[in-house]
Amino acid sequence: MATVAQQQQLAPPTAERPQPEDALKQVWTDGHGLRAWFATVQNGPIVYRFMTTVFVFFLMGGVEALAMRSQLARPENTLLDPELYDQLFTMHGSTMMFLFAVPMMEAFAEFLLPPMVGSRELPFPRMTAFLYWVLLFGGVLFNAAFLVGQLPDSGWFAYVPLSNIQFSPGLGIDFWLLGLDVAQIAAIGDVFELSVGILRMRAPGMSLARMPLYLWSILVMAFMMLFGFVPLFMCTLMLQLDRHWGTHFFDPAAGGDPLLWQHLFWIFGHPEVYIMFIPATGIVAMIIPTFARRPMVGHRWIVLAMVATGFLSFGLWVHHMFATGLPLLGMSFFTAASLMIAIPSGVQILAFIATLASGRVSFETPLLFVLGFLFVFVFGGLSGVMLASVPFDWQVTDSFFVVAHFHYVLIGGLLFPTFAGLYYWMPKLSGRLLHEGLGKLNFWVMFVGFNVAFFPMHLSGLLGMPRRVYTYAPGLGLELPNLISTLGAFVLGLGVLLFVGNVVDSIYLGHGRPASDNPWYAGSLDWATPSPPPDEGYRVVPIVHSRLPLWDQERLDQGDPAWVRLVHAFEHYPVKWRASLVTSLTEGVPEGIVRLPGPSLLPLLAAFMLMVVFAAELYNAHLLAIGAGLVMAGAVIRWMWPPAIERERRLDDAGRPTIHGLPVYLAGPRAPAWWGMLWTLLVMAVGSGCLIFGYYYLAVRAPAWPPPGVETPGVLLPLANLGVLGVLSASMAWALRSVRRGSTAGLLLGTTLGLGLAALFLVLQGVEFAHWGFTPDVDAYTSAFGTLAGLQTVFVLLGLVLGGVVAAQAWLGYFNEWRFLAVENVRNYWLFVSGHWLVVLLVLYVSPRLP
Amino acid sequence: MALSACSAPGSMLDTHGPKAEQTATLWWLMLGAALAVFLLVMLLLGLALLRQRRPPAVDERGLARVGRLGRFGANALVVVFGLAVPSVVLVATLVWDVRTLAALAGPPAPARLTISVTGHQFWWEFRYAEADVASPSELHVPAGEPVLLEIRGADVIHSFWVPQLMGKLDAIPGQTNTTWLQADTPGTFRGQCAEFCGEQHAHMGFLVIAEPADEFAAWLDAQGRPAAPSDPSTAPGAQLFARAGCIACHTIRYGTTGVGGQLGPDLTHVGGRRTLASNTLDNTLGNMEGWIGNPQAIRPGTLMPAVPLDADELRALAVYLESLK
Repeated sequence: MATVAQQQQLAPPTAERPQPEDALKQVWTDGHGLRAWFATVQNGPIVYRFMTTVFVFFLMGGVEALAMRSQLARPENTLLDPELYDQLFTMHGSTMMFLFAVPMMEAFAEFLLPPMVGSRELPFPRMTAFLYWVLLFGGVLFNAAFLVGQLPDSGWFAYVPLSNIQFSPGLGIDFWLLGLDVAQIAAIGDVFELSVGILRMRAPGMSLARMPLYLWSILVMAFMMLFGFVPLFMCTLMLQLDRHWGTHFFDPAAGGDPLLWQHLFWIFGHPEVYIMFIPATGIVAMIIPTFARRPMVGHRWIVLAMVATGFLSFGLWVHHMFATGLPLLGMSFFTAASLMIAIPSGVQILAFIATLASGRVSFETPLLFVLGFLFVFVFGGLSGVMLASVPFDWQVTDSFFVVAHFHYVLIGGLLFPTFAGLYYWMPKLSGRLLHEGLGKLNFWVMFVGFNVAFFPMHLSGLLGMPRRVYTYAPGLGLELPNLISTLGAFVLGLGVLLFVGNVVDSIYLGHGRPASDNPWYAGSLDWATPSPPPDEGYRVVPIVHSRLPLWDQERLDQGDPAWVRLVHAFEHYPVKWRASLVTSLTEGVPEGIVRLPGPSLLPLLAAFMLMVVFAAELYNAHLLAIGAGLVMAGAVIRWMWPPAIERERRLDDAGRPTIHGLPVYLAGPRAPAWWGMLWTLLVMAVGSGCLIFGYYYLAVRAPAWPPPGVETPGVLLPLANLGVLGVLSASMAWALRSVRRGSTAGLLLGTTLGLGLAALFLVLQGVEFAHWGFTPDVDAYTSAFGTLAGLQTVFVLLGLVLGGVVAAQAWLGYFNEWRFLAVENVRNYWLFVSGHWLVVLLVLYVSPRLP
Repeated sequence: MALSACSAPGSMLDTHGPKAEQTATLWWLMLGAALAVFLLVMLLLGLALLRQRRPPAVDERGLARVGRLGRFGANALVVVFGLAVPSVVLVATLVWDVRTLAALAGPPAPARLTISVTGHQFWWEFRYAEADVASPSELHVPAGEPVLLEIRGADVIHSFWVPQLMGKLDAIPGQTNTTWLQADTPGTFRGQCAEFCGEQHAHMGFLVIAEPADEFAAWLDAQGRPAAPSDPSTAPGAQLFARAGCIACHTIRYGTTGVGGQLGPDLTHVGGRRTLASNTLDNTLGNMEGWIGNPQAIRPGTLMPAVPLDADELRALAVYLESLK
């Protein structure tokens, strides 16, 4: 059977095509040289680095795993001492989860999003650069623990009290927490990038119904990261406060509760599995139709299944806690939910099989990895169904059976699709195909090695081997399965090396065949651009009429005459600045043109300073941390500051607010930045929600709340402050109304008054803090109280900075009746902060007084 | 290899009590169902791939031609095997699971004995409140009847697990978890900590020793007595116990009151125990000397410090401790 790649050599390779030196190309080029290398905001080069970096982390995690497997090869082995073994499994789990799996999925998405939605770039290009640098520095900081010899050793879920200061006094856990924070910031930032890109920047005509399954999977992933990573951020913050600032969230001796950590961690930790798995199924859902030469069976079923999985995954975290002594009735509910989530997975798997069954399949490396995924993931899914059973879970949880299960799910559900995706899209990313024969060998070695390594672990677990033991006794039947596992692990490692060899040979040494635009003859839009995609992405933005436009459409620039005119005109104007289309949320109707920023060193500076803040905190260098924080804030403000062409309102040469009939000074839900603010507020709301959950969780478990001897502070000052925030919101609303009507006086007065009111809030809150009669480090009540009240202070401080920037811009005359997005965003911010204070007021000051 | 699972000491499939037994039954049922589903899905996948020997025709674009029948068949495949079959299997699993859970919720007969279980870094302590007995690393129970366990964590979270008798229940500081346990016949069963708790998590084992009721009563009675008075052969060791500092962490009960610290295991009857160092070593004179002489070599990271003693002193101390039957 001839391969697809051999059949399809329709377009000549990119390198042979004429490259006109035109204005469009010029404006989208980030330049060459060292400075440009650091300043680039193009998703292509950034993703290349991103993938390389996380792959290096993956190799490090793999070496850590092989060291552990060597120690377990025989009973009572003394290759590693327990301290090092504990550090290795902590680093292995954390690295694979936070520095490889999630970032790898983000990297795929950042690369594929623009070509697949038919946009020229991601919505926030400087954010793309910033997030990469943050992840790189975070990963380096995390692994710097090796250099200073202070490694975390409490496991990747770092249960308290073991990870608290009393039992882990060294810096290891602090490295873990801070490295993790930085990786989480990268993940939360990606939520903005990916969701706004999918929701607002799709090509004309790409309605939700025509959106490829991969984009659905990324949309679901983005929402899950929003609701999953924020709780993780909050619980790691609480642990940092407990460790170094004297709070007692998790300290049972002072009313805290170790299980609060587990709840918050697994509210993140279970969705986390699906945060990685859903985009991986998205990858599979793109590969299968290409190699089966037919559209996916049950497209809508799969969309529904992904969304359902996303929702359900937030309702099963307790199945990680079945052995903690929770009430049986509650646990049965979580059993039912955990079983239910198998149904959407079943639908997806069968849709994949049905597509293969009714298509014309060609067996190339990407498809082999997909078939490996089907085998391994179904196996791991079934052992997962068993684990949903409470009594069975009691026996096998925290044993090697669970280790086997989640490696089947993660390697099957995530790593095999990742490799499938790498083999599939590497030609698009690099312009060269990987070697097919080596690819097939790569697959078989990995597939065999994986099963040999992990299948026997089921048995080790059933035989009573707990996880996280650095050695085991002879005579328990554990010798043989462990030896086989170790051998398999090395075979798996060899398989990974084959991949590295293939990439080095085919791409870095250039021995791979040059890739045409569409080497696999795929139907989705991501194969429409040259390989690799040029900086400007699409010269002519495509018009989409189908889910598989490259199969179903003769041309990509046909349809509604108005749209045809638009996309052709858009190729030639505007070309003085980077322009991309904004389209409507459901139907993909063009609604505006957004200006995207060019290269800058500021993201790098801001990311570096962020790392300095965290590293300084590690060594209690608070002054350095504050200094670096200020530099970072300055860099971010400078980065967001509108350039002359925009603030002087010269986006259109004629000085009009529209181009090709579309607005260029966007505001409201049309503007990507409006969504950016909405998402920011959601992040803040979820973060605060975690603290409120913690407050009530501790309250319910406490014999008396507030505890005897501690009095809930008076409600008078907080009420006055609610009034202050109300007036503040009103003044900002007035400012916005004024600027929209062209009145500068109202704008200036409203924004300036806003600053004064925010300052007044802080003064009043300072007075209030002084009258509390307690400090947050007394017990769990005062910790929860002080942290939640303190969060409001942080929100107001942040608002003061935002409001200050906008007031300054107002005085400088940057706003007029069609350019006022920043004012609108700040208005929305204060509305949220006022509402948040009302909630905090009810929770902290009113609810303890209720009978 | 699979068959060995049913007989290995420490295997959850070699059951000796009702809780483990019903769980094992549930496991075999779920294993059967899971294997059936797995084979079914792989069969469907295999058939899908085998169909490629006679692949469907292609249209002018090079795409597979899928007729109306093919489309119907493909969708039917998803609905039947992706939705209907899993739903039925999962509901059946849920019903069986909840039934098992309900059966395990309480003991089959009222329990007469409550034992307090405490997880420490890195040893287990079993207290029989009524008899004022503290038994480190050995949980003695009467065979054939249920006992109640009240499980707590002294420092960090541990997890109580005896695969042949019952699944895990966590030992959490600040919280008491209650459960029950029953060994149907006399025997000795391996137990261990299952929640990572620090460097010696791997060696935080214990033994569950189920005895006929009269033997159990005799054991409890003996444990309740104070330590045997030292005779001339053991007196030097008894003095060393106090002088070398052991007494700071370990209690030995002389008469009615305990003397010594609470940090380490109670040693009043240490000579009568089957193993040392949380089920890491057999209880022999040589092992006792080796353990006291260099605990960090045997369990790196254990909280027990090495005591600077010369060989004669070590021998004397070990002889004394071994005399505490």
